[in-house]
Amino acid sequence: MTAEWPLRGSTLRERTATAVADPVLRANVGAATDRFRAKRASAMARVHDPDGLRSAARGVRAGILADWAATLEQLVDNLQANGGQVCWAPTAADANAYIASVARRIGARTVVKSKSMATEETGLNEALAAVGADVVETDLGEWIIQLAEEHPSHIIAPAVHKNRHQIADTFQDRAGMVERVTEPTELVAFARRELRRRFLEADLGITGANLGVAETGSIVLVTNEGNARMVTSMPRVHIAVMGAERVARTWDEADLVLGLLAKSGTGQSLSSYTTVISGPRGEGEADGPDELHLVILDNGRSDIAGTEFAEMLNCIRCGACLNVCPVYRQTGGHAYGWVYSGPMGAVLTPLLAGTAVHDHPDGAGHDHHAGELANASSLCGACMEACPVEIPLQDLLLGLRRRNAEHAGRAERALWRAWSEAWSRPGAFAASGSVAGRTRRLAPLLARLPGARRWAGGRAMPDLPARTFRQRWDAGEV
Amino acid sequence: MSTPARSATDVRRVALFPTCVGDLVEPDVPVAAVRVLRGAGCEVDVPDGQTCCGQPAWNTGFTRDAARVARTTLSALEGALADGADAVVVPAGSCTTMVRLYWPQLFELADDADAAARARAVGEQTWELTELLDALPERRRPGGAVPPEEVVYHRSCHMLRELQVADQPEALLTRVEGCTVQPWATAEHCCGFGGTFSVKLPEASVAMADEKLDTLPEGVTTIVGADASCLMQLRTRARSRGLPVRTEHVAQVLERAASVRVAEGER
Repeated sequence: MTAEWPLRGSTLRERTATAVADPVLRANVGAATDRFRAKRASAMARVHDPDGLRSAARGVRAGILADWAATLEQLVDNLQANGGQVCWAPTAADANAYIASVARRIGARTVVKSKSMATEETGLNEALAAVGADVVETDLGEWIIQLAEEHPSHIIAPAVHKNRHQIADTFQDRAGMVERVTEPTELVAFARRELRRRFLEADLGITGANLGVAETGSIVLVTNEGNARMVTSMPRVHIAVMGAERVARTWDEADLVLGLLAKSGTGQSLSSYTTVISGPRGEGEADGPDELHLVILDNGRSDIAGTEFAEMLNCIRCGACLNVCPVYRQTGGHAYGWVYSGPMGAVLTPLLAGTAVHDHPDGAGHDHHAGELANASSLCGACMEACPVEIPLQDLLLGLRRRNAEHAGRAERALWRAWSEAWSRPGAFAASGSVAGRTRRLAPLLARLPGARRWAGGRAMPDLPARTFRQRWDAGEV
Repeated sequence: MSTPARSATDVRRVALFPTCVGDLVEPDVPVAAVRVLRGAGCEVDVPDGQTCCGQPAWNTGFTRDAARVARTTLSALEGALADGADAVVVPAGSCTTMVRLYWPQLFELADDADAAARARAVGEQTWELTELLDALPERRRPGGAVPPEEVVYHRSCHMLRELQVADQPEALLTRVEGCTVQPWATAEHCCGFGGTFSVKLPEASVAMADEKLDTLPEGVTTIVGADASCLMQLRTRARSRGLPVRTEHVAQVLERAASVRVAEGER
């Protein structure tokens, strides 16, 4: 079972400090994100007009979200007509309760899962364990972190923070690997043997959903290991859990999104396996489950619609923004404290915090622990440049910081007011310069101010000049 | 966020915005900017009444405080343009981005539509230093020579991605005889400064600087940039690690190069 999420029990600074103190982690994340970046760059270079494509995708996603309720309704109607069952889950607890009730009804003992961030959000594995089910993650990375009792550190590559030697350690300690192997192909072969056994005994398969396509009532799953095909075809029952915004109206729209998802995420033209499921096994069909359920998870998403942050709902979960983020590169995903990491996590987590992360008595209060994630950015803009649907992530981060400022403590507000009071008056601004100059000898004292202490932890204090530029200019020396 | 089409050819009278960091912490940078602009045939004034662009508060979410400070600088720059300056020039990519791209939004959020409109007008006449120098007619562009040295160039984030002034600084450095810009794998990686980011998450900030310092090409110890604050971050981190790294603003390299040219001319 995974441990509690660290979001609430620690500060962002504590988590980032812990992460950057781990040189192996930084090396692993740096190497992996370099690979992802290079692959994405080469895939986008094959596109005739990449910026035009991103812009088109932004328009398509915006159009879908403008038509959100009707799209969901059509998806539900068509999937039900195809024999599927649908649960609308306003909260994580609703989703887990529904899935647990299905598991109990069919007497599920072994549950196999394909990677799903939505079920990370709901804490589904813990909920299923509570009803006595043995849950096995079958995506290789997700299985590794399940064994290690950790959380995913990247939305498409959950074990990106581990190198192959650490993975071998995990397999030896937690999965009964007797003869230690460290070559990737050997590690994969070991996982395949172990997981195949679990596929065969599973009663219930659970997946996420990369996309729901309304016009045919279909669910699309994208993987590179094919495990989703096993999860959706071998057990008697399949439950897909889909974030409510992950929909397209038509296959043309789905085509655009899936192509961009693969290019932006892994640099592929299309993922190795794209699985389309439009219902349970039909009469006379050989394959497929007896029952297909789609759980549509809101969990705070509909609260984002119509706000200044609405574009975050366009996110297709490709991970490109994580791979280019210089902060993520140094810290990895765990420092963000919850399911989502990198720039998209720094925006999404505070937005979902009202309902998803935190059961606030008012339902959607300001959550300081989640809110401070907006500070996990130097505002370098690399995320906006990489986003395949042109989400203005930096502008959204700034919007969240404005929201945080409204809830800031008295001391911080007073500090900025004093600053703006002084620096909106040229005389006082100039005086702050000459004071700085005169107090050069007082530098050790200045260095004890809180901001200065944080600066000086790893950096020398800058030498302040004896005279400001303005003084030199006014003296006619320039 | 493209640069408005405009001509540098007619720019003769320049109002320099030294920026708060340039004025108070790194005065040699605006001094060099003034001299290089004069060398390029510009008459330079530094209008009274400027302070800061307001970026520290803007990036931290304190819109009204940011607007209050920015309004002061806006008035000073606007006054200079009204008095006949052809352009505002800023020797810092990040502050140029603030003036040109974020001021209108800042003032709108602060419910000051009038200032937003004025900011748009000032923004259209505002140039980042190297952007202007590189756009000047060939005969006015800076050049000259420095003693042989190998440097790397740090592509600062706002200037590169938002202002989209990418190649101009290196194009200018290439014109300086003796100055060789070496490829740097992390040239486009953020230095980790990020304003208040540097003190809110100091460990991550320092780690970002470290990766840049650790990837300097063999034998290169000089980092050139167009943002004094990025250079301050890299230099102070290097100093606390005891690394022999120095930083220099593009304007300072161009100033040194020009003085060599003048000296040769006098000979």
